[in-house]
Order: sequence, then C-alpha cells, then structure tokens
Amino acid sequence: MRLIVPLRGVIQGRGGLFVGSLIPCCLFYFLQLYLKRRRPPPSDPTELPRTFSRTNLFSRGNSIGRVRVSSRAVPVAKPSDSPYYIGLERVKTDPYDRMTNTDGIIQLGLAESTLCFDLLQRWMSENLMESMMQSDDGEFDISSIAMYKPFEGLLELRVAFADFMSRIMGGNVSFDPSNMVITAGGTPAIEVLAFCLADHGNAFLIPTPYYPGFDRDIKFRTGVELIPVHCRSSDNFTVTVSALEQALNQARKRGSKVSGILFSNPSNPVGNILSRETLCDILRFAQEKNIHVISDEIFAGSVYGDKEFVSMAEIAGSGEFDKTRVHIIYGLSKDLSIPGFRAGVIYSFHEDVVNAAKKLMRFSSVPVLVQRILISLLSDVRFIEGYMAAHRQRIRDKHIRFVEGLKQLGIPCAESGGGLYCWVDMSSLLTSYSEKGELELFEKLLTVAKINATPGTACYCIEPGWFRCCFTALADEDIPVIMERIRQLAESFRS
Amino acid sequence: MTRTEPNRSRSSNSDSEKNSGNGGGGRTTAMRVIVPLQGVVQGRGGLFLGSVIPCAFFYFLQFYLKRNRKNDESDNSGEQNSSASSSSSPNSGLPDPTRSQSAGHLTELTGLPRSLSRILLSPRNSGGAVSVSGRVNCVLKGGDSSPYYVGQKRVEEDPYDELGNPDGVIQLGLSQNIKLSFDDWVLENAKEAISDGLSISGIASYEPSDGLLELKMAVAGFMSEATKNSVSFDPSQLVLTSGASSAIEILSFCLADSGNAFLVPTPCSPGYDGDVKWRTGVDIIHVPCRSADNFNMSMVVLDRAFYQAKKRGVRIRGIIISNPSNPMGSLLSRENLYALLDFARERNIHIISNEIFAGSVHGEEGEFVSMAEIVDTEENIDRERVHIVYDLSKDLSFPGLRSAAIYSFNESVLSASRKLTTLSPVSSPTQHLLISAISNPKNVQRLVKTNRQRLQSIYMELVKGLKELGIECTKSNGGFYCWADMRGLISSYSEKGEIELWNKLLNIGKINVIPGSCCHCIEPGWFRICFSNLSERDVPVVMNRIRKVCQTCKSQN
Repeated sequence: MRLIVPLRGVIQGRGGLFVGSLIPCCLFYFLQLYLKRRRPPPSDPTELPRTFSRTNLFSRGNSIGRVRVSSRAVPVAKPSDSPYYIGLERVKTDPYDRMTNTDGIIQLGLAESTLCFDLLQRWMSENLMESMMQSDDGEFDISSIAMYKPFEGLLELRVAFADFMSRIMGGNVSFDPSNMVITAGGTPAIEVLAFCLADHGNAFLIPTPYYPGFDRDIKFRTGVELIPVHCRSSDNFTVTVSALEQALNQARKRGSKVSGILFSNPSNPVGNILSRETLCDILRFAQEKNIHVISDEIFAGSVYGDKEFVSMAEIAGSGEFDKTRVHIIYGLSKDLSIPGFRAGVIYSFHEDVVNAAKKLMRFSSVPVLVQRILISLLSDVRFIEGYMAAHRQRIRDKHIRFVEGLKQLGIPCAESGGGLYCWVDMSSLLTSYSEKGELELFEKLLTVAKINATPGTACYCIEPGWFRCCFTALADEDIPVIMERIRQLAESFRS
Repeated sequence: MTRTEPNRSRSSNSDSEKNSGNGGGGRTTAMRVIVPLQGVVQGRGGLFLGSVIPCAFFYFLQFYLKRNRKNDESDNSGEQNSSASSSSSPNSGLPDPTRSQSAGHLTELTGLPRSLSRILLSPRNSGGAVSVSGRVNCVLKGGDSSPYYVGQKRVEEDPYDELGNPDGVIQLGLSQNIKLSFDDWVLENAKEAISDGLSISGIASYEPSDGLLELKMAVAGFMSEATKNSVSFDPSQLVLTSGASSAIEILSFCLADSGNAFLVPTPCSPGYDGDVKWRTGVDIIHVPCRSADNFNMSMVVLDRAFYQAKKRGVRIRGIIISNPSNPMGSLLSRENLYALLDFARERNIHIISNEIFAGSVHGEEGEFVSMAEIVDTEENIDRERVHIVYDLSKDLSFPGLRSAAIYSFNESVLSASRKLTTLSPVSSPTQHLLISAISNPKNVQRLVKTNRQRLQSIYMELVKGLKELGIECTKSNGGFYCWADMRGLISSYSEKGEIELWNKLLNIGKINVIPGSCCHCIEPGWFRICFSNLSERDVPVVMNRIRKVCQTCKSQN
C-alpha cells in the first residue's frame, strides 16, 4: 500500500480508479502488444538470407550486411506515382516530332514556351559574348566571372531584376533590390521559403488545383505539409476566405500548425488571375491568423487576357497591411523562356527571411557567368519591351487557336487570363465521373491518342475530368494534329 | 512467493476498487472488470511489475509531454520576440550588437550572450510580427560572428590590390585559385566554346537537372585524368549539383535522418557545419586528430568516438573524410583507406570521401588514391557505402561556375539525388561551357599539369618564406592550403590566444587567414593559409606583413 498510495494521488487524481489506473494500464498493455507485433521486421524473405549468407562468407571483418540510406531518402528515391511525372517520363521515351516521329507522344504537360525563340536567339547571337566578358575598362577580365561572389546575386543583377519585375507587372509597383535574393530557379526559391517559414511538420494552406511540382519542392526535404483548400469550377477555381478559414480550423483541430498560405497568381494550372479584392482578402485573413503569405508570381509576365495582373507586392506596399508576412517568388523560366538559365528570385519583406535565404544560397546560387548574361539581357530595355509585347501577343494567339479547336470538339476550357496552359474540362469524355475515370482517360490520352496532358488529380483538383494542357511549346500546325487525335479518341468512346 | 503474489495483488486491487466507491457496483462487478485485465497486464510480474510500473511510466510520459510542451512555447515566444525586436530595433532604442557593427573586433566573437539578453529585454509583442520558423534561427545566427565570416567581410570591404590598394587586406582565406591556370584557357578558347555550346535550344529548354549525359561523360573523363587513369568512372553513377556544398548537403539528406550524426576527423573544412547541419538536421561528431600524429586519424580514436556517440544514443550513419585533406593538404595512403573501409564495414556506416582537390595534387612524394579505386575491386555490398564528392570548379580554378559532382555506387542514393538536384541545379550555360572545356583530353591534361606546376611553385615559395620567419608547416601534397604552426606566436596557449593572433594578423598584418578553431582543430595556434590566390610577386608582401605581426608579438611577450 505504501508503494501505491503516493502514486495514486498523482496519477489517479480526480479520475478515480478507472481513468487513473485502468486506462493507463490498458494503454501500456496495448503499447507492449504493438511493439511486440512491430518488432520482427518481416523484410523481404527472398533477399535476407542471401545477403546474410554472403556476408558470412566474407573473409574480412564481421559485416552486418547492406548499408541503409536514410528513411527520409527512401520516398524520394522511389519512382514517382504522380501522373504528372509519369507523363513526363513517358514523353521522353517517345517524343513527337513533326518530321521524324509523327506517331510520338505530344507534350502538353510541361509549361515551357518556344514562342519567342527567334527573338532570344537574335539577342544571344548579338550580345552574348559581350555580356559575359564585360568589365569596367573594356578589357576582358576573368575574375569578373570566375571569382566567388556574394551568394545572393550581384547588386547589378538585383537592380536589373527589380526593374524588370516592375516593368512586367505594369509599373504599379517598385521592388527594392535589398529585399531580393537571386536563386537558381523558382524551385529552390520555394524550398528555401518553406524552410524559412515553417518547421518540420508545420503546414501551408494551398488552394487547389495546384502545380503538381510543389509536392516535391516543398515536401521532399523541408518536411512541410500542404493542406489543400478546395476550389470549385462554380467559382472558376478562385479561392475564398471562407474556404481558407474552414481549412485552417480543420487543420488546427487536427493539431497541425499552419504557418502560411501558398498560392500562384496567375494560378497554375487554371490560369486565372486573382483580383485586387481577393488579394486583399487573403492578406487580411493572413494577418488575422498571423500566418505568412507566399505568392508565386512566376507567370506574371505571361498575362494575355484583359484582366489586369496585380502583384501581392503592390497590396503589401499599400501601407494598409503588415507587409513582413508577404513573400514573393519570381523567375525567368516562363516569362523569358530561359528555363535552362535557372534564374529565380525570392522577394521578401521580412528581414530575417532575406538574411537566411542569402546564407542558404550557398546551396543554389546562380553562377556569375550566368548572372553577367542576365544583367545585360534584363537591362536591355528596348529588347525587353519588344520581347514582352511579342510574348504576350503570341500566347494570346496560340491560346485562341487552341481553345477554339477544343470548342469545336465540344470541350470547354476554364476562363483564363495568364500562364502557358489552359485548364480543359474533359468530363464529357469520362466513362465514370470519378478519379478513376479521369486516370483512365489520362492513360487513354497517353497511349491511344498519344497526348500527355496533366490530369486534375495530379493537381489535387476535387472535381474529376479537368486536364492542364500547355500549348506554348506547340507550333500552329501541331494544333490540328492534337484536335484530330482527341476527336478520334472521343469517337472511339462513343462507338 | 511468486505463487502468492497474484492473489495478494488481486485483493488489494479490489480493495482499492471498493474504496473508491464506484457507485453500487459491488464486489462482483468490480471483479469482472479487473480480473481479465489482471491476468494480462500483471501476468507473472506481480503487482509491482504489472501495475505500479506501467502506471509510473504513464505518469512520467505525461510529465515529459507536459514539460516538452512548455519548452516549445517558451521557444516560440523567444522567436517572436527576436523577430519583433529585429524589426522594431530602431524604436526600442537598444543597440543592435550583432552583424552590422565593425566586424573585426574580438568582442564581437562572443555575440551570443548579448543577443540573448536583447531578446529578454525587448517587450513582448503578442501576435504582432509574424515569426519565422524555429529551425531557420540557427542559420541566421550561424557563423556571422565566426572569424571565417568576419575575415571574409573585411576582405570584401578593403581588398588588397597591388596598384590600387596596396594597404588592403590580402585574402588568404578563400580557396579559389583564379591566378592560376584557367585564365589562359579561357582567354584562348572560351569565346568559341561558349557560343558553340549555347545554341538557343541548349539555353532555353528544360534539361535534366542532374546534368547532360555529354557533360557526365566529360566529367568522368576528367576525373580519370585527375586520378592518373588508375580508375575509370562510370558516367551513369554521376550526379551533377551546383557546388560541393549542395553535393554534401544532398548526401547528408540521403544517408542520415534528422538527429543522426556523421563522424568528421578534425581539423576539417569550416564549411561542413553549414553544409551538413543547417537544413538536414544531421549532427557532426568531431574526431580530433593531433599534431603528434601529424594530424593523421587513427582508427582507435574513430572507434572511441563511435562508441561514445552510441552510448549517448546518437546514431552514427557515416564518416566524412577529405582527401587530399582540407586544411592540412595531406594525402590518405592506400592502407589508411582500406582501414577506413574496414571500419565502415564493421560499423555498417557510409563513407563520404570529399575529393574536391583531387586534381590539385602538387606534391612530388605520395600518390593520390581515390576511394573509387579502393572499392573498384570490392563487392557491391561494400561499394554501396562509398560516396565521393568531386568539385569541378576547384580543379578548373573557376569557383564562380558552381558545379560539383556526386559519384556514388548506391542506386537509391543516386536516384534520390537525381531528383533533389532540381533544388540545386547546374545551369545550361555552365554545362555547355564545361563540356567544351573538359571534353578534349589534351586540354584536360594540359590544364591539370599547369595547375599542378603552378600550385607547386607557389607552395614552395610560401613555405620557404614562412620557414625563414620560424613558422613551420605540415607537409602538404595537395589542395590550396598550407597548415601553419604559429604556436610560437600566441600569447596564451588557448583558443583565446589563437583568436588574438588572428585578430592581429587581420588588423595589423592585414592578411585574412583561417584560425584552426574554425576548422575545429583542438590544438590552438594552427592557421590555414590559402596560397592559390597569390601570385609569386605577392609572397614577399605577405611575408613582410607576417614579420611585422611576429615582431609585435615578440615585443609583447
């Protein structure tokens, strides 16, 4: 009794015998049971004995067998099961070519643009050498491109970037180069922000459908979760504050800490542009809940509709809000169509985030050689003006052609005003209105029609039947080929 | 005893049940509840083992959870305060002691306690400023006050230039060898090379982020050349990343989980702290080597470190070595490498062999043996634990290129790192420049040869000069550094004495060297001097400056 009494006072407390003593004992028993069941790892029976026998044969040392990689690397190493990556891989094995491989798979899954290659090519052939080798006294100076330089990017480049960004965003907003960190593309930019803003196990709210690459960029290494906030076709997939609120409350109930909201504007994959009011609402919501806002504006220069693009930086700079919670991602891969340069930028109003990102750029900085080229490219105002106008015009034309072609087949698209893709409603082709039906259609498109379009499931869209089709890498004569392939597929369904 | 125990405990339990006054349950209902459980949980352990101990466990579990929760909360409030204070520091009227102030002062090195007090002093601002993640704080704090960064900053502010700024600080801290071989090559070939490689499709389309096959083949060829063709590298086992830092980070991520650790013999590269710890959460356990052994690592010490860590409950997943070593420049012998492989096999851990200076072996004696050669003849089971990091920009004297390679025999590591390279990719212009620079074997041979010759001559020059001043260096055969023994110059044989001397070298001598404490050397008084930046004309200048410092040291003593 002497042993029990002092403990009882503590553990039983007011819970009485049942809550204080029986339940803990039960829990402990189940814990033991659970541990017991988990203990012998029933690993592959065909492999284990062989490895062991082999190690036993070893002359030297007493090896324990194969060395293991870390448990967090295992999911990364596994082949991806997302249709987005499956499609991309499949295209690589049999890519369509107008002349040599007319039966190949047509790539509609990768958001890249070849529309303005002629302009870029001309600029490169005229200016490339000078841009790399420039120095103050006109002499070639190797140290200007070969030395270690500040990881966050040369000041000249940041100034040029700031100019360029405010130019493409309509000149309504100016960017401060000291809030800017140059990164090796948009992907590292997102990862670094996720690392800086959320701890392992925290979460970001993200309106769906969203860009399938975020899963990798954010989850792989930082361990940050993404909590989908479902948007519907009835709102043209625009996020609402009530949906955000609901998702946040549910997440909090489940015990996960929400650190921020991540969204892309113009949205990827839908292509719609968030209005000034929506942006204000989101920021107000974030302020109320004391969370961060990450706005991915990588398609800001690829706006072709009538709707005006408003940067989150403009809203944050209006003075109405606390701007330290606003972080913007931008890159040149889409708007300037130079993904190979791997140039992106983090623009943050939070001093600590900027400082940490600068330090983390040791892992993904842009080589000085590339920075030099970019400086001359971005500060060539005449070229940039001409390029951007042509870029927008050509996307608009291509968009009209593509959407028109689909319309003739009776396939509608969501209303969109930016981006290199359209969001296509193929629900009329589904055999069953479900995720399964959608994946079946994806498989048919890939194998029968030989088209790789990204299904909505890969983007976590809640409604089945939507597909993202990127049209900016297509030539005009490819569009009828695609439409013909889709038409034949649709007919085969009907018969 | 054991037979009577269950009976006794049963009665005591039912007694307590009765005492607790559980409604009108009565004895029978209480028994019905307890008896089946008793058979299971108490088993043969009796009352004490079966009931009291589990209850105590549960109590301690609760206690533990409660305490942990409190800690989290206080951490969070600390973060909030720190971010609040940093954004509102002009208003709060408190001086900001970290970062900005004149960097060279010794007192700045102990910034930690002061910045903590600042947090405590700042008024708590609830819900105002949004906080950054907890883990980024170590990045923010990390290193700003370490002599490594302070020194770099000083050089940036006031760099030496023979004509323009003869009083500036000479950079002997950063491992770039721009004065050496690559500029010739660039002058002659770069223009055609780049414009050939950079046709528009090469620039503008998405290419595999782990490197073009062409480049991998060229790199494999270059690596074979650097190892004097003793081993051939398989391009399919290469993954290209943007710099050795990201290569090491990716390997740390793939080989160890957060909270695991790597063994690192010291003195080691000052960069590992950031590369390994910052984002992957992997810890480093330093294994000290001593001057008495000429800083060679001994298996006994490695073993001891391994078991000490194990005792503390830390799981060791691998060992990171550099060969040629950074900062000593010594080469690991074949026997050493075999011993290391045996060690790794016995403990079942990985080996990361950092061979970024493989192409910069300049010594006459001693032969560089790559880990790849050692495992070439081994069975797969052993090859899978070996991962090599290779830096192209170091050997090509082109650090601004930021390109490195992981060479691994482990399929899982390779496929994971291939995907992770999207997070630190090599840009296309860089890839094309590299392809044209190193795909021509003749070019590569010449490059490696000139590089070696120049490193050798400048190294001899520097060591001779230091010797005249009475400063000995360990024998170096590779890399850009000499490891100088300045124990005779420090006023007190401690880390403080070392930092004092470093401060003098920076402020009086105006040379930026890396003190041994940055390399986690346990013996004070050693300095890493990077000579690859120097031209032969600079050596006398450096010697004069060191002499000046020697004199002030002696006059003080």
